[in-house]
Amino acid sequence: MEETTLNNDILAKLSDKFGEKVTAVSEPYGMLTFATTKDVIVNVLSFLKEELKFNFLTDITAVHYPGKDHGIAVVYHLNNMVEKVRIRIKVFISEQNPTIQTATTVWKGANWMERETYDLFGVKFEGHPDLRRILNMDDLGVHPMLKQYPLEDPNRVDKKDEFFGR
Amino acid sequence: MNHNHPVFTDNDPQSELVTLNLGPTHPATHGVFQNVLQLDGERIVSGVSTIGYIHRAFEKIAEHRPFYQITPLTDRLNYCSSPINNMGWHMTVEKLLNIQMPKRVDYLRVIIMELSRISDHIICNTIIGQDTGATTTFLYLFQFREHIYEIFEEVCGARLTTNIGRIGGFERDFNEIAFAKINKFLKEFPVALKEFENLLSRNRIFIDRTAGVAEVTKETALEYSWTGPLLRATGVDYDVRVSDPYSSYQDFDFEVPVGTSGDIYDRYLVRNEEMWQSLRIVEQALEKIKSEQKGIFHADVPEFYLPPKQEVYNNMEALIYHFKIVMGEIDAPKAEVYHAVEGGNGELGFYLINDGGRTPYRLHFRRPSFVNYQMFAPMSEGMLLSDAIINMSSMNIIAGELDA
Repeated sequence: MEETTLNNDILAKLSDKFGEKVTAVSEPYGMLTFATTKDVIVNVLSFLKEELKFNFLTDITAVHYPGKDHGIAVVYHLNNMVEKVRIRIKVFISEQNPTIQTATTVWKGANWMERETYDLFGVKFEGHPDLRRILNMDDLGVHPMLKQYPLEDPNRVDKKDEFFGR
Repeated sequence: MNHNHPVFTDNDPQSELVTLNLGPTHPATHGVFQNVLQLDGERIVSGVSTIGYIHRAFEKIAEHRPFYQITPLTDRLNYCSSPINNMGWHMTVEKLLNIQMPKRVDYLRVIIMELSRISDHIICNTIIGQDTGATTTFLYLFQFREHIYEIFEEVCGARLTTNIGRIGGFERDFNEIAFAKINKFLKEFPVALKEFENLLSRNRIFIDRTAGVAEVTKETALEYSWTGPLLRATGVDYDVRVSDPYSSYQDFDFEVPVGTSGDIYDRYLVRNEEMWQSLRIVEQALEKIKSEQKGIFHADVPEFYLPPKQEVYNNMEALIYHFKIVMGEIDAPKAEVYHAVEGGNGELGFYLINDGGRTPYRLHFRRPSFVNYQMFAPMSEGMLLSDAIINMSSMNIIAGELDA
């Protein structure tokens, strides 16, 4: 109950500041989640850091939804250590041109998280000081977490969904 | 950063830099990672970290496995405290499924998780001793990791990669031998830990090597998203067990030790004190279990908890549930969930997106070693090589967790 009030409070302040840029608000398992656009993401992050005391960047990662207009979601998890609130921000960007402003200007710790996201999903973080692959070898050529790259031999028939009524 | 060492700045005739490959398999790095260092004499001018030598693409593999099969993957993240990873994953799925654990299961989990924390901290702190030249401390305390593994062995049958417990609880109850071993450990370990502290904490050589070395301010640590003992050594009292209590940690009385300067000595002290606090928690948990109903070791959720094999052969429902769980056909809500636990090195987070399929749509591990380690190269600049080595030991970077 208390959490919800706090989340509503944060949301009101965000909507005040960014208006229609704050969309798709939900609250799965008590964590305030919203989407925003890539032109304001750095402003949103610094607003959250400076004004709303979300001092800690927990995580940056991405999710691939193939076949959609904006098929790659870059997901940020922030933490307000004082009031013990966590928040999740998503930015949906196009699969063909996956670029977004870097968050390293707000938190230095974003450096490797963004390198990992670039390595696995091919998201190009503009302004990143050192955007190289981090886990995979430099000449891998693909971004392996994208859904078009299967883990197993696609010719295998024993794991096809149709055999399980789907 | 001030390292309290003279800095060579003038026109040294021998100003040529030496490139040193520290790793990927170097005895001082205690893991598979490489640092290419530019050295001016013994002083590091710049460094570049290369990681990924044991990258096994767990996040990709997890997208092809039903929930219960992901537990063994989490073993291989921070393999010095696998049970924390296992239970962190189980609790993530339980959060997704909205399962409430019985108190006794929570307490049993707390016992195992705190013992893992002790074993994790034993490794880190004894290795700091080892790297500063004190082999004795390493040998004295390291055998207690062995005793902890014997407890794990009694509970789940495995020692290092434990795969302990299940979604919904434990696979079996703790037996009498397990409790006896825990009690024996609680009696013997404080003596050894005290001895260990006597050997190191006020040791002139040890203090000279560690105090004031690799100091980090609160601000820098937060800026770089540090968590765990490293962050607490700088003076920030952030502990997931307190800020987001899971597994009934709110029922326990314990303290969160913090340091002041964030140097290697503070990190050592914080880890030591955390071991004492973990012992306190285990004692309290044993006491609390006495007032709980005996024999409860899992939640009553047959549709998610893998039934015992005997049941599967003799009971229709158990067979159905067994089949559904093994084939990944459980009815989990289509939702996303983030759950964090306090691992040995810091906040270990699981970000799980379920779309109703047989496997997670996306699973991301927020690995503390990975996030903490990115500061190693920048903070090594200007440091002596031998200081950088113990700095790395005190960061307790586990290659499995670093590379996932």
